[in-house]
Amino acid sequence: MQVKFTNKGSTLVISIIGEIDHHSAEYIRDKIDAQMMKSTTRNIVFDLSRVGFMDSSGIGVVVGRYKNISKLDGKAAIVNPNAQIRKILEISGIQRIIPIFGSVDEAISSM
Amino acid sequence: MQVINEMRIEFASKSNNESFARVVAAAFVSQLDPTLEELADVKTAVSEAVTNAIIHGYENTEGFVRMSCKLYKDAVEITVEDDGKGIEDIELARQPLYTSKPEMERSGMGFTVMETFMDSVDVSSKPGAGTTVRMYKTFKSLADKK
Repeated sequence: MQVKFTNKGSTLVISIIGEIDHHSAEYIRDKIDAQMMKSTTRNIVFDLSRVGFMDSSGIGVVVGRYKNISKLDGKAAIVNPNAQIRKILEISGIQRIIPIFGSVDEAISSM
Repeated sequence: MQVINEMRIEFASKSNNESFARVVAAAFVSQLDPTLEELADVKTAVSEAVTNAIIHGYENTEGFVRMSCKLYKDAVEITVEDDGKGIEDIELARQPLYTSKPEMERSGMGFTVMETFMDSVDVSSKPGAGTTVRMYKTFKSLADKK
């Protein structure tokens, strides 16, 4: 499990590599929260292109970070989820508040 | 319907066994040769059921989770069982977005995911006497081959 960060202007791109479940969720959450504390992040993009599996624990992670950033008037987006993850996202209705894009550039230009 | 193969395992209620359980279930089911999407559905449902047993059944204390899989010609039945605290109100627990642990950022979508990814989900539980989740799925890709 790896979490990588790239700053693109005021947007923090969070690239998660591995599987997101209850076991890995805490590690991912802590990594992201620590990074958001030290950078001047306005918006966040979750790049899920290298996540092979996600269950509903991932919804908790994404929505939790979305709540934090929206308190500061920021926006969140999701990029490139695979078919299984897309199904989970659709069931949860998350895309109504956090839109899904095909690329990081597309997500950033929408913000 | 005839059971063509069957397996049972038991593992400690540790969160790193969530991925172990879903990979084992998918490996066992793959002998039927369903589609990758159908296998991903099974993995996701197992992950949710096992996570519930660990977080809610045992509340991260020590215990054992049992999983069994029965394979039919074009379907699977998976049972996930724990001897944990049990569920007081099953109907409430199954409500989308309901969670007894919002402080843990649980989404409350576990049962909804299981119901969406499998054909049927039966839950039996008694406070103090554990929980059993029985899930069934017909693989349409195999049923259509008939």
